[in-house]
Formats: sequence, structure tokens, C-alpha cells
Amino acid sequence: MTGSIILALAGAGLVGLGLYGVIMRENALHRILAFNVLGGGIFIVFGFAARRGAGAGFAADPVPQALVITGIVVAFSATALATAIVVRLAAARDEEHADARSAKDEG
Amino acid sequence: MTQDHASFLADGSGHLLLAGLPPGPLLALVIILPLAGLVPLLLAGPRVGEWAAMTLAGLGLAVATIIALQVWWSGTPAIYHLGGWRPPLGIALRADGVSSVLLVMSAAVFCGIGLFATTGRDRKTSFPPTYWMLSLCVASGLNLAFLAQDLFTLYVALELLTFAAVPLVCLEGKAAQLEAALTYLLFALLGSLLYLLGAVLIYAETGTLDIGLAGQRLAADSAMTGIALALMSAGLAAKAALFPLYLWLPPAHAGAPPAASALLSSLVIKAPIFLLLRIWLGLAPADLAERAAPVLAILGTGAILFCGLRALGQTRLKLLIAYSTAAQLGYVFLMLPLVKSSGPLTIPEALAWTGGFLHIVSHAFAKAAMFMAAGVIAEALGHDRIRALGGAAQAAPLSVAAFAIGGLSLMGLPPSGGFVAKVMLLTAAIQQGVPWIAVVVLAGGLLAGGYVLRVVVCALQRPEASATFVQISLRRQAMALVLAVAAIVLGFIPLEPMGFLLVGRP
Amino acid sequence: MMTAFDAGLGVLLVLAAVRVVATSDVRAAASGFLAYGMILALAWVRLESVDVALTEIAVGSGLTTIVILRAIAHVPSPPSSSTAGAKAAVGLLCACVTLGLSAVILGLPEPASSIAADVAMNMPATGLGNPITGVLMVFRALDTVLETIVVLLALIGVWALVPQERLAGRPATPGTGRSPEPVVFLARALVPIGLVVGAYQVWAGADVPGGKFQGAAVLAAMGLLLMMAGIVKAPAATDVKLRALLLVGPILFLAVGIAGWPLAGSFLGYPPGFEKPVIIVVEIASTISIGLALVMLVLGPPGRASS
Repeated sequence: MTGSIILALAGAGLVGLGLYGVIMRENALHRILAFNVLGGGIFIVFGFAARRGAGAGFAADPVPQALVITGIVVAFSATALATAIVVRLAAARDEEHADARSAKDEG
Repeated sequence: MTQDHASFLADGSGHLLLAGLPPGPLLALVIILPLAGLVPLLLAGPRVGEWAAMTLAGLGLAVATIIALQVWWSGTPAIYHLGGWRPPLGIALRADGVSSVLLVMSAAVFCGIGLFATTGRDRKTSFPPTYWMLSLCVASGLNLAFLAQDLFTLYVALELLTFAAVPLVCLEGKAAQLEAALTYLLFALLGSLLYLLGAVLIYAETGTLDIGLAGQRLAADSAMTGIALALMSAGLAAKAALFPLYLWLPPAHAGAPPAASALLSSLVIKAPIFLLLRIWLGLAPADLAERAAPVLAILGTGAILFCGLRALGQTRLKLLIAYSTAAQLGYVFLMLPLVKSSGPLTIPEALAWTGGFLHIVSHAFAKAAMFMAAGVIAEALGHDRIRALGGAAQAAPLSVAAFAIGGLSLMGLPPSGGFVAKVMLLTAAIQQGVPWIAVVVLAGGLLAGGYVLRVVVCALQRPEASATFVQISLRRQAMALVLAVAAIVLGFIPLEPMGFLLVGRP
Repeated sequence: MMTAFDAGLGVLLVLAAVRVVATSDVRAAASGFLAYGMILALAWVRLESVDVALTEIAVGSGLTTIVILRAIAHVPSPPSSSTAGAKAAVGLLCACVTLGLSAVILGLPEPASSIAADVAMNMPATGLGNPITGVLMVFRALDTVLETIVVLLALIGVWALVPQERLAGRPATPGTGRSPEPVVFLARALVPIGLVVGAYQVWAGADVPGGKFQGAAVLAAMGLLLMMAGIVKAPAATDVKLRALLLVGPILFLAVGIAGWPLAGSFLGYPPGFEKPVIIVVEIASTISIGLALVMLVLGPPGRASS
């Protein structure tokens, strides 16, 4: 049980680190990675709650585990959507720059 | 009161119609019904998909209305356990007076926005099937947020809303829109995660995610409860753009195409706001709620005054309306110090309760109308610069009328839903001896008067000689007017506590 | 002994996260994230959550890292402009969050309350052996079906980012140009094994660790490998077969849910006596839909940006 507490405290550390990255990193992709660190920390704390709730023949309460599994899949979906927006944004900026330049050349 | 309703309905044909239908499964139906639209939208052509989406929107309004009538008629909340599994093991859905009013509100506004979106027929203004898919998921997510009793299911609802709302901002793919969408997404994701962390801590403390059960088990004196509720509130405040976290809202709501702006600003934003109220009026221990209420009311005041001033200073019409959303939402939080979180309410308290929720409803109708009207005005003039709006009243007369009528509700002038809501908050504040809230309500009304009138005055000016207008069909202009008039009709609600809204209060 | 192991694991985990967050180079952060994910999965094993560990390795770290690495080349990195003061202030705030959270963790009430006993008592009614599958598919089926919709919705969102006429094009496959020989070999050797593993995870998930999310991730990885090797082409977003397969999982799940209303007396209830076969069919359909959605999410929208 002491081991689980240590891991939960590490999870608390991940939450702080992830939050720092989310606020301070300027590259959007880096920020997205920091979101995943933050999410990982939250899930670990939930996993600790599951481990504490062990009983009735289960080594860990199955409800939080099930929720974390769906949570991880949703976090990945969020990552993919955010990344796609970041890539499209970079491309759209390039296109608009190019359009502006060609308009200038013609004018 | 509810007895009267019961006998009224029992005499009418409504009773016979509804008696055979158990309300429970309808709660599940209203959540999954919009999702059925994904099939035709993904597999059939755009016209079939659009038709299916509108049919589902209409059906959704019908189901929501039946649920509301059932709750009204019975005077008790409708509760449904999915799969027959009761909490804490299973998930419960629950429609009380407030949730059923919000269900009908969102379904009705959704139909209005949908009809508006179908009028954009040419290449520039019509929407791809993705618009309809995203907006149907918005409808499903809203209904889930209004009904779910489970903190994790509510997290799913918030994610559903985020994933549907963010791409709506950048449907046209311009760099500025993509940037606004990205900022919105990052705020929303941070909000979701903070909310989730709070929910996790509540589970760790109470062993349940059910709001009702957790509310009974939360220790009032533990710092843990405070931390969990604070984390959830911070997350929801980021999603609700509550002052000072409003910065993402104006570019996102103003940058989107008009039908998307209307959806985001009138409906999507209401889900996190409703959940904030749920947390402090349903989950939090009473004395913690009492201490948090003034803090939230002060943030609401900040929103009303600061964002109201910012709206006054805008040069673009759509940005002005977006800032006004951030300001108007503040009123909802003025209700918190004026009501108790549990137990029977006194008449002034019930008045504040009614006013707060009525404000949510009338703002939804008025704001959807204003964004749609502004979109049409921008299409007619080719721009939305406020100082150059001259001629708008000739080019798009119904739209300018819709904007002005919706604006009445924002300013709180009679007759309008906004007027009744604000008078209720004002009266409750004075009767309960909290005059500063009354002052804020009045000041916010003056600011709204300033920014709405400025637009209307400019729109009534003569056009510049060189100006050319695009002709907009009356059909496209009409829908905004219908919603604006609905906001006016809400103004004929009697100025007294509404028993229906109190059904199922903890 | 195990406590010492956990302590080491906790320290490693935090160090890995520091490496992800603290570096100013995104590429280094992304590769650091892969290592972080592996350590995180180990932590999940130590928390007695093998199902979560499997999902974390496959989806949380694996697919996430691929998505970020593919995007890095297309996105310019802005120069850092934060001041030392801002860093210190934000650092202090985040440290407070960690400390507050730690205090909560250490102060959780004893004995811990949980739903484990409720789950144990009601598992026989589900006909399943794996309690996590029981929670996902029976007790909290609404969350699960909506999460499959969320994954599909994320994909719809990605498709909404490009002009509709571009959707008919195929998304760029991972890797560049001609497929290198080793990748082709790897694909031919690994994919059959991967398919078996993925299918087994879904099948066995009813009774032992595994299930649709993990199975879907393994299948998605195999699909991506086939595309990298040039053996299979990425489908276009407008492909009707693809769209039908994306829908089959969520729609079948919802249909079973609605059928539960007349057949089992409750929405999302299962017909008594047929719980397990129905659940397995729904799981298989969901695996196909989620797996394909994951592949398409990794590939991203078609168009100039990703080619």
C-alpha cells in the first residue's frame, strides 16, 4: 500500500509539471504533450483511488480502472484533434502569406 | 400549485396523450436521438443528411416538450436508471423543473438555428454535412449535460460538447478562425481536466460519482471537499468563460459562421454554466456553498462590468455580440448569494432562483437571434464594421429589427424575458438586503443599453452613396426575428416565483 | 522490497515528465514522452491495473507519440519569450497544486469507500469474467457508447478542418515516399501476429484483461504498419465502406441499447440469458469502428498540410 501512495504522489507531481507545461510552453505541440502529462497524473491519482478501494476479491476497484481506459482513449482523440488544428493553422498561415505576396506582386 | 397544473392537464387531452408514456426512457431517448443523424449524414448525400438532421431536431423538441409536460404535470422529477442499474453502480438521469426547462429551451433554439442554417443555399453560405454532424452532437451533449446525475458522465458530456464545438469555429478554415479554435480547445481541455481531477477526488473521498449520493457523503469540514469543488469550479469557469477566463470566447464566438456562432453563444456555453450551478446548488455542503456564493457573484460582477465595457468599445458587430455574451453570463452568478443551496426557499429566494434561470433561457433566444441577424447584416453589407453599418436597415430590415428586439432583452427593457429576469434578481436583492447586487443589475443594463443602441443607431443611418448591398431573402432573415420575438414573449411570464422551476430542488 | 521498487518507479516517472516538459526542443519532448508512457504503464501494473497499462502503452504513449512526431515537421516553433519572473510565478502556482494534491492524497479518509463490492455482487448477472468489461459494457454502458461517439466525433472534427472537396483525397501515409525494405518485412511478419493478438484481446476481454479499446489500438497499429509498408493504401474520408465501418460500432451499441427497452425492460439493458454473446458482438463491432477511427485520426486530414 505504501508503494501505491508513492506512485500517487508521483501522480500529483505529474499534475503540477503538466500544468506548468500547459501554461508556459509556447509551441502548441509541446503544450499538447504537457496536457497528456497532466492527464496522466490525474489518471494515476484515480488509479490510486482504485487501489485503495480494493476489496471483494478485486486487487483494485474496477470502476475507476474502466473510466481511466475510456479517459485515455478520449485524451488521445483530443490530442489528434488539437494536432490537426495546429498543422492546419500552420498551413493556412503559409497559404495566406503566399496569397498576400502574390497579390502584392500583381498589384 | 402543482396540484392545479395536474388537474388542468388531467381535464385536457394532454393527460390522455401522456399518461401511457413513462417519462424515464424518454430521458435516454432525448440524448441519443440526435446521434442517429450521423448515419444519413455520413452515408447519404448532403441534402438527405440536412433533411434528416432537421427532422431529428423537430423530434428532439417534441420529446423535450413531453418530458417537461410530464414533470410539470406530476410535480416530481423524472428519474431513470440506465440498464436498470442504480447508483452508485449505475448511472442515473434526472429531469427536474430546471433541467426540463433547459431541455425545451435548447431544443427550440436548436430548431431555430437549424432552420436558419438551411436557408444558406449558395456555395458561400451553405453548410457541409460536417456542420450538421457537429451540431447534432452539440444537441446530444447539451441534453446529457442537463440530465446526467453522474460526475463522470457529465465529463463525457463536456468532452462531447468540446469536440463538437471547436471545429464549428473554424469551418471556413481561415487562419484567424483556426487560431481562435485552437485557443478555445486548449482552454476547454484544461477545463475538462481540472473538472475531472475534482471529480476523481470526490470519488476518492465518497466512493461514488453520483451527485445525489456524493452530496450526502461529502464531509463539510474537510479541506479535501473544498479543494475538489474548487478544482471542478475552476475547470468549469474556464469552459464557461467566466471572468477573468473569458479571453478565448470573443474570437471563437465572433469568428465562426453565423449559424455556428449562434449555437456556441446561446447554447453550448450554458452547459458549463448549468454545471457550475449544479455543483454549488446540489453537490456542495451548505456552508461551503454559502462561502463560495459571494466569490462567484463577484466574478459575475466583474464579467458584467468589464466585459460590458469591452463590448462598448468594439468596432466589429460580431465581436460586440460575443463580448456581450461574456457580460450577460455574469448575471447568472448574481443569483447565488440570493438562494439557499438546499431546503425550502422563502419567496424572495425563489424569486432570485426563477430570475436566474429565466435569464439563461431568455439570453439563449435573444443571443441566437442577434448572432444570426448580425451574420445576415454582414452578408448584406459585405462587412460588420459598426461605424459603417449605415443602410443596414434598408438592406436587411428584418435582421436589424431582430437585432434590436433581441437587444431589448439584453438591456432588460420591457416587455422581454431579460426584463422579467432582471427585475426578479433586482427585487430579490433589495428584499434580502443585498443592495450591491441590485446596483450591478442596473449598471449592467445601462452598459447593454449603450452597446445595443449604438449598433441600432448606426444601422438606421443612410447608406454611403458608394455602398452596394447583397440582396438577402426574407426567409433567411425571418428566423432571427422569430427567436427574438420568442425572447419578448418570455416577458409575459408573471413576476413571481415559478413553481415549475422549483420542482425537484434538493 | 516492492516499496523500494515503487519509490524508484515514482522518481523515474517524475524525471521522465520533467524531461518532457522542461526541454525547449519539441522533438526531444516527443521522444521523451514515449519513455514517459512506458514508465507510466509500469506504474499502472503496480497499481494492479493491467487493463489500463495495456491501453496506456498502445494508445496513451504509442499513438500519441506518432501523432505528435508526424506533426512536428509541419509546425514552426516560436522563440521562447517568457521571462524568469513569469516562470517563477507559474512554477510556484504549479508547486502549490502538487502540494495541495499530495496533502489530499495523504489525508484520504480510512477506510476507503469504493464500488468494488457492488460490482462483485452484480458480476454474475452479466455473464462476464472481467469486472472492467462488466463496468464498461453493462453498469456504465452509457459512458462507453458515448465515448465511442466522441472518438468518431474527433475524426469528424478533423475532417471538418479541410474544404470538403479535399476529403476525396487520400491522407498521406506515415513514412516518406518509397517504403524501406525492413518496414515491408516487418509488416509482413508482424501484422498477422498483431491481428491475432488484437482479435484475442477483444475476445478474451470478456473474461481476462483486454478489451475493445486495447484491441482496437493494436489493430490500428497494424493497419498503420501496413500503410507504411505500402501494402495497403490509406482510405479516403469519402469512402462509403470506411464510413459504414466507422459507424457500425456506435450504431450497433445504440441499437442494442434501444432494443433493451422492450427486451430487458430498460434502455441499455441486455436481454436476460443472452448478455455475454450480445456483449461480445457489440465489442467486436466497436473494435472495428474504434480501430479504424484511431488509424484515420493518426493519418489526419488529407491535403497540402500533411503531404
